[in-house]
Amino acid sequence: MATNDTLAKGFRPTYSLRLERRLTTPKWLPVATSVGAVVVALIVGALLIYLGGGHPLAAYQHILEAAFGSVGVFNDTLVKATPLILVGLACALAFRMRLWNIGAEGQFFMGAWGASAVVLLPLLPATTPKPLMLLAMALAGFLCGALWGFIPGYLKAKLNVNEVVTTLMMNYIATSWVLFWVFGAWSEGGFQMSRMFPRTAWMPRLLDYAKSIPAFGGLTLHGGILLGLIAATIVWFIVSRSKWGYEIRLIGDNPRAAHYAGINIVRNTVLVMMLSGGLAGLAGMSEISGVVHRLQGAISPGYGFTGIIVAWLAKLNPFAVVLVSVLFGGLILAGREIQPSGIPRMLQGIILFCVIASDVLLRYRVRLVRS
Amino acid sequence: MLLGAMFGFKVAVGTGNPWLGLLVAMLAGGMLSLLHAVVTINFQADQVVSGLATNFVGIGLSLVLGEGLSKAGTTALLPNWTVPGLSAIPILGPILFTNQSILVYFGYLLTPAVAFYINRTRPGMHLRAVGEYPSAADALGINVYRLRYLYVFIGGLLAGLAGATISLAISPGWFSELTTAGQGWIAIGIVIFAQWNPWRALAGAYMFGALRRLILDLQGPTMLLWFENPFRAQSPGFFLQMLPYALTIIILVIGSRSAMKKRVGAPAALGLPYVRGERGR
Repeated sequence: MATNDTLAKGFRPTYSLRLERRLTTPKWLPVATSVGAVVVALIVGALLIYLGGGHPLAAYQHILEAAFGSVGVFNDTLVKATPLILVGLACALAFRMRLWNIGAEGQFFMGAWGASAVVLLPLLPATTPKPLMLLAMALAGFLCGALWGFIPGYLKAKLNVNEVVTTLMMNYIATSWVLFWVFGAWSEGGFQMSRMFPRTAWMPRLLDYAKSIPAFGGLTLHGGILLGLIAATIVWFIVSRSKWGYEIRLIGDNPRAAHYAGINIVRNTVLVMMLSGGLAGLAGMSEISGVVHRLQGAISPGYGFTGIIVAWLAKLNPFAVVLVSVLFGGLILAGREIQPSGIPRMLQGIILFCVIASDVLLRYRVRLVRS
Repeated sequence: MLLGAMFGFKVAVGTGNPWLGLLVAMLAGGMLSLLHAVVTINFQADQVVSGLATNFVGIGLSLVLGEGLSKAGTTALLPNWTVPGLSAIPILGPILFTNQSILVYFGYLLTPAVAFYINRTRPGMHLRAVGEYPSAADALGINVYRLRYLYVFIGGLLAGLAGATISLAISPGWFSELTTAGQGWIAIGIVIFAQWNPWRALAGAYMFGALRRLILDLQGPTMLLWFENPFRAQSPGFFLQMLPYALTIIILVIGSRSAMKKRVGAPAALGLPYVRGERGR
């Protein structure tokens, strides 16, 4: 048959791309495809900017300078990266078990609300020593976020309710809940924000130490980044080095095998969703205690959704999440100056598309074959 | 959906012709869905993540292109229409057939048409086969890839139409992301609740429509029965706004309970890429 075809085409060899399944994936490949995906996304973005009448190179140079150009702006980039690290970890953990926690945004808001409740309800007086106050806020933020993860987790585990939709719906409920308090009981003089937190509820920042180390003057980087780094180490240890992490990975890769191995899928689903929600809640706490210092409606430019992309781009590796978060922190920071405001959101979407499309290279080898 | 809402309104404002807006809205929704189709069907990417990416791109694109559109004011909208004859039916006539947007009637007609197509026709059977057992469908000579492309595209067309329905008829205008306010996601909830049955989906959709109306009505009057209306104040009103989202979760719970009892559910191959010659996961 094949010879007949070739004959019919007059001996002209035709080439086609063929996908062959890989048996093993070399270690460098995921890194290479991730970087490649970002490069492709940037090229597509440049094309769109060019079509829109802008100068792509100038725009990218502007982003680079606005995000990494000096100590001052790099400080701002890291501040933006802090919530992304925690939210990215939250998503990476849940995604590792193939649980689609799309609700990090809502869990972020609930964490912010919980931490605020400690100060504003108030659960603790304003004169509480700082360490105790911050600990209580972190705990409250974590618990509120965990509660917001528990509800979809429980519904998924017990009743097989689709968690994509429930976590998304919980987002809307969480923002409405925060607005209810911000417009109502906690409103300051009718404004849509709470009163400023007392100093004891502020996360320590670098500029607080400017007296002893002058170089820290004006740097707003706060303790939340330490929370993020610690959390990254803990998540790495849980997923890669503990028995629980093995169960999580097994359920993610092959739930049926996990079930036959006697792993309790129901309990793991609920626990992972709670830990994931808790991490996102911690991000909310860190953001209002370290940056905003009050509760208001606009505390997140979509951190919860960016976290999804961060986790995916980092291939769910906790330390890669930290790196990617810094990158995206810069993108968010520089994106504030780019008009119209939808461009960063669109770029993030394009990056996510490129990343998931490039995943095919991890599973298949692309061969040029003569047919 | 958001892209459809934006394009529909933008074209209607630009040309003064809402029908052209409707057409462009559908095409925009369809084009965006093709992106999803390429990534999931050719590159076998995860459909949930790809769907999210589609959302990000759609939201970003409509914000970029819809910049300043919220101040565009009003435009010619799609006409309302009263069906002669049918509107004379007592009770139902005034509700269903009097002075409704033309798209409402389209909704009436579309549901039975889709239900008939999926359940009673040969191409509809192929559609279900591809969703339930693609390799068997492939063995029967059905082109799985082509059908999946086709139906993703049609889904995109309809979502674009849904967006234009909002911006050109139901609550005219462009209010950035608030235009659709998560209704596309609620629709997914309704489909799961309806167990992929168009008639049940119709019932679910009208239930949500009634809820939206109820929320608006509850915020109006000063007195509710013999209580002072607490929802008139802005702050408790937020609880009313939670209702559609809370209801979505509730119907999902109800839906999955009955699905577990009856052992029916999603099409078996939903979310799975199809690769010829490979065993499914």
